[in-house]
Amino acid sequence: MSAALDAPERPAAPATFRNVSTARKIKDRLATVLVSLAFLIAVIPLVWLLVSVLIKGFPAIVSADWWTRSLSGVTPDEVRGGVYHAIVGTLVQAVISGVIAVPVGILAAVYLVEYGRGRLAKTTSFMVDILSGVPSIVAALFIFALFVSIVGLEQSGFLVGLALVLLMLPVVIRNTEEMLRLVPDELREASYALGIPKWKTILRIVLPTALSGTITGVMLAFARVMGETAPVLVLVGYARAINFNPFEGNQASLPLLIYTELSTNPSAAGQLRIWGGALTLILIVMLFQLAASLISRYSAISK
Amino acid sequence: MTPDGDEADANTVSERTTERAPSDDPETRGRPTGSATMSTVTDTQPTATDPGRTTSGGTGERVFRGLTTGSGLVVVAAIALIGLFLVVQAVPSLLANNANFLTSPEFVTTDAANLRFGIRDLLVVTLLSSLMALVIAMPIGMGIALFLTQYTPPRLAQPFSYVIGLLAAVPSIVFGLWGILVLAPAIEPFAAFLQTYLGWFFLFAPGNLPVLTGTIFTGGIVLAIMILPIITATTREVFAQTPRFQVEAAQALGATRWEVIRMAVLPYGRSGFIAASMLGLGRALGETIAVLLVIRAATSPSTGSLFDGGYTFASLIASAASEFSQPLPTGAYISAGLVLFVLTFVVNAIARVVAGGKVNG
Repeated sequence: MSAALDAPERPAAPATFRNVSTARKIKDRLATVLVSLAFLIAVIPLVWLLVSVLIKGFPAIVSADWWTRSLSGVTPDEVRGGVYHAIVGTLVQAVISGVIAVPVGILAAVYLVEYGRGRLAKTTSFMVDILSGVPSIVAALFIFALFVSIVGLEQSGFLVGLALVLLMLPVVIRNTEEMLRLVPDELREASYALGIPKWKTILRIVLPTALSGTITGVMLAFARVMGETAPVLVLVGYARAINFNPFEGNQASLPLLIYTELSTNPSAAGQLRIWGGALTLILIVMLFQLAASLISRYSAISK
Repeated sequence: MTPDGDEADANTVSERTTERAPSDDPETRGRPTGSATMSTVTDTQPTATDPGRTTSGGTGERVFRGLTTGSGLVVVAAIALIGLFLVVQAVPSLLANNANFLTSPEFVTTDAANLRFGIRDLLVVTLLSSLMALVIAMPIGMGIALFLTQYTPPRLAQPFSYVIGLLAAVPSIVFGLWGILVLAPAIEPFAAFLQTYLGWFFLFAPGNLPVLTGTIFTGGIVLAIMILPIITATTREVFAQTPRFQVEAAQALGATRWEVIRMAVLPYGRSGFIAASMLGLGRALGETIAVLLVIRAATSPSTGSLFDGGYTFASLIASAASEFSQPLPTGAYISAGLVLFVLTFVVNAIARVVAGGKVNG
C-alpha cells in the first residue's frame, strides 16, 4: 500500500508518448515559416500594386468630369475631360458578349449536366477546358481572320464583343455546371414523380434552384472580360469621343484608353489618365466581383 | 451533330430518367414518329412505366434538348473553327515566306512581296519568360495552398484566399503598367547584382538590351505574380480534398504537421498541383498585354539570356495589330497565333490528363 503512495522516482517503463526529436521539430518549424512566407510574398506585390495605382490614379478620378465627360477636344497635355467614352465602350462590348455567351453558356452547362452522356459530352467537356485556355489574342485573331479577312466587315466594337464571347463562355459554363451539380436529385425526382417532363423540370425546378450561383458565375465572367486588352487592340480602333454604336466606327474602352495614352502621350496629363484609367478599371472589375460574392453569399443552394 | 453520338446520347438519357423516376405514369401520349426509328433500334425496355420515355419524345423536350446540345456543340465548333480559320489564313503567308519559319529569328513583314518571318526568337522569349514565371510561382503557389488548407484556421482561410483571389481580379494591362513603371525600376539593382555575380551563367549573361529594366527577367516576375492565383486556387482545392482518414492516420502515428503534409497531403495532391501549374503555364504562354508593356523590343536577335528583350508570340501579334491591312503580312502574324494556339492547346490538354478529373480548369 505504502509503495503505491510513494511517488516513484522514475517511471518503470519509457513513456508512451515521447517528445518529438529536435530534428523533426526544426523541420516542422522551418516548413511553417516557409509556408507563411509564401503567403506574405504573394501579398507584397498585391498591396504594392494596389497602393501604387490608388496613389497615382486617385487625383484623376475625384473630378466629376472624369465620370461624365469624354476626351473629345481635349489636347494630350491638358488635365481635362474624362473617361466616360471608355466606360461606355467597355460596358457596351461586355454586354454584347454577355447577350450571346450567357444563354449559350447556361444551355451548354445544362447539356453537360442533364443530357450529355457518351463521347459527345466528353468531347464537349474537354473542349470547354481547352477554350478556357485559349489566349485572348488568339480569340481576337480568330475573329479577325473570320470576320475581317474573310467576311470583310470593318473593325468595330461588335467584333470585340464576339471575341469576348469565346473568353466568357468557359467561365459561364464551368460555374453554371458546378451549381447545377449541387442541385439535389430529390428535387428532380419529385418533379418527375408529378409527371413533369424533363425539360420543364430543368427550366422550372433545376435552373431556378441554381439561379444565384449561375448569376455569380456570370458576374465573374463579366469581370474577366472587361479587363481584356488583346481583343480591343486587334479588333477596334480608339476613339476620343463617345460612341454608343458598337456596329460602326471606333469605340474606346478602358484598356484601350490606357494603352493608347501610354504609347502616345508621355505628358503628365497622360500619366494621370493612365493611372486614373487603371484605377477605374480595377474599381469596375471589383464591383462586379463584389456583386458576385454578395449574390453567392445570400443565396447558397439550400436543401 | 454526329448521328451516332446523338443516338447513344438519347439512349443513355432515357435510361437515366428511368432510374430516376420510377413512377406510375402510364404511356398516355403516343411517341412522335420523329424519334421512333432511333428508339426502336436502341431501346429494348418495355415502356409502360417509363415517364422518361414518354416525356423525352415531346416537342418541348426535343426542342430543349436540341437547344442544349446545340449550345454544347458551339464550344466544340468554336475550337474547331479557331484551328481551321487560323490555318486557312496562315497557309498563303507560310507559302510566300522567304525565311525558314521554324529557325529564322527575323520577323519582317513590311514588304508583302518579300516576307521573311520565323518563330525562333518568339519561341525562345515565350518559353524563357513563361518557364521563369513557372519556376517562381510553383513553389510559392504550393506554399500558399498549404498555408490556406493546413495552417490557417478555417475562419481565416476564407478572407485569406479572398486576398489571393484579388490578384486574379487585377486586369492584365494594370499588371503591365505597374510592371514597367513601378516594378522594373525597383528591381533593377537586383538584376544588376545577378548580372555582375552570376553573369558567367548563360541565363544571367548580358542580353541584347542596353538597359536592365523591361527584360524577360522583369516579364517573368510579372507573369509569376499573374499566374500565382491560378496555381493557388486549383492546388488549394485539391489539397483540401485530401482524405480525412489519411491525415488522421498520420497524426495518430505522431507525425508533426509537416510530416502529415509530406505523407498524406502532397502525395494525394501531386497530380492536381502539376495540373494547376500547367494551367498557369498555359496562361503565361498566352499572356499578351502585360508582356507587351513590360518586355522591351530588341533590335538584335535573342541570346538566350534572361536579360534579353524581344517579343513573345502574343505580344508580337498585339504590337502589330494596328497594321493588319494586307492579307499576306497579316497571315504571317496569324501563323504565329496558330503556333501559340497549338502550344496552349497541348499544355491545357496535358493539364487535364494529369489532373484525371480532380481539377476543373
